[in-house]
Amino acid sequence: MSETTVLLVDDDADFLLQGRLQLEQLGCRVIEARSRREAVSILEGTRPDAAVIDLMMEDPDAGFTLAYQIKGRYPDLPVIMTTAVTSATGLTFEKVPGQDWIRADVILSKPVRAAQLRAELERLLGHVL
Amino acid sequence: MSSDTDTLRLAVVDDELGIRLGVTSILSDLVVDVPEVGCRVRLQVSSWADGESFLAALDETAPQIVLLDSKLPGIGGMELLEGTLSGRPDVVTIMITAYATLESAVRATKLGAYDFLAKPFTPEELRVTVRKAIHHHVLAAQARRLMEENRRVRFQFISVLAHELKSPINAVDGYLDLIRNRLLGDDLAAYGDMIERSSLRIGCMRKLINDLLDLTRIESGQRVRTLEPLDLLELARAAIEGQENAARALELDVSLEVEPGLTLQADRMELEMILNNLVSNAVKYNRQGGRVTVRLTRRDGAIELEVADTGWGLAPEEAARLFADFVRIKNDHTHDIPGSGLGLSLVKKLSALYGGSVAVESEPGVGSTFRVRLPF
Repeated sequence: MSETTVLLVDDDADFLLQGRLQLEQLGCRVIEARSRREAVSILEGTRPDAAVIDLMMEDPDAGFTLAYQIKGRYPDLPVIMTTAVTSATGLTFEKVPGQDWIRADVILSKPVRAAQLRAELERLLGHVL
Repeated sequence: MSSDTDTLRLAVVDDELGIRLGVTSILSDLVVDVPEVGCRVRLQVSSWADGESFLAALDETAPQIVLLDSKLPGIGGMELLEGTLSGRPDVVTIMITAYATLESAVRATKLGAYDFLAKPFTPEELRVTVRKAIHHHVLAAQARRLMEENRRVRFQFISVLAHELKSPINAVDGYLDLIRNRLLGDDLAAYGDMIERSSLRIGCMRKLINDLLDLTRIESGQRVRTLEPLDLLELARAAIEGQENAARALELDVSLEVEPGLTLQADRMELEMILNNLVSNAVKYNRQGGRVTVRLTRRDGAIELEVADTGWGLAPEEAARLFADFVRIKNDHTHDIPGSGLGLSLVKKLSALYGGSVAVESEPGVGSTFRVRLPF
């Protein structure tokens, strides 16, 4: 099995570092982006095997927009969204009719543990890391 | 005066045909100006001979004003008022009472009626009472809208605040987890950076909480302000000294130009907050070897505090939203710079306390100049 490449998008330097360490520990190659815009320009020339993206970046819903753009370009690419925003703020992430625009395959609350990230990636990629 | 014309729905419920016809004819021509909200109101009148048919069509007709006979053949007016209409805050009810007894008027008012009309009434009495009810309805609706808007703004503020407070906790939590699981092996020195980053994030969170408390104190007017003549040169010097280490790290050239003898009647802490925030921004968003210029002048009846930097500057759309709560400009140059996103919002609110203002002029790639004007 060739190396798994993961696009990691977060505007917070600490989450980028932590995510990179976790993913590299799983043997993944990591491409970092600090904004939706940067991620989109990376995706023009590269097709990663999966994407782990933050929700609130340059806009409060930049992650939703990015997930939509990723799925538009690569419908099969697994997208994991991470967020510190929870249901307490009124944003719901459950599959609600009329909210089909949320294109992430799974939404994880920060902080994301290494084991959790591994389990979700393996499930979405369909193979063991 | 140009004003919007609104149509309000009025229902008259009375078993006397004469009343229904008369009210409909008089009120259909009524035009009421509500200058407080700049609107003009006309009425769309529907009429009902009994409470049962009125009730059956209530959700469909959705009247905003109801003229209700207290003595109806089936369900009585008082019953309708008590059972149904009093539970709808957006409906203004005027009771029509057969005899002008104080007792029934008082009872209707207790049950939630806004006003009453005693039979027999003249067209002018009807117009006066309905005009009052229209004013009441329009103003109450406006108050409800404002309250709703306040709730929405508050909810949004709390949501963003929760996010801003959780981010540093999550970052520290993440590092603790990596350290606990010895992700980088047993070389303890390798974890030094993670510990450094963790304390930095905790420091930022403390700053955020302090800024938030300052902001709350200013907005609530709770803090006791002491206005005294302040030596602006001394305050500006102190603000620059506070940033000395950060400025040295970036090898910045910091200069101060103050008109001699410049004083301002102001609260010391508030002025310190304005200057500290502006100078600290000019330093931390600058580039290696850049310049910070602090200039205090007297101009057109106001003191002008000007802080210019040679940082990366702002795009016009960034400058436009810069003074709102929690707004931080995120790009390749700023992502590692800590900040609460409340500093400039504080500066704006503080300036407003003095009847002043804050503005920014910026050129991307060249730098920004912030100007606070405080009238004396």
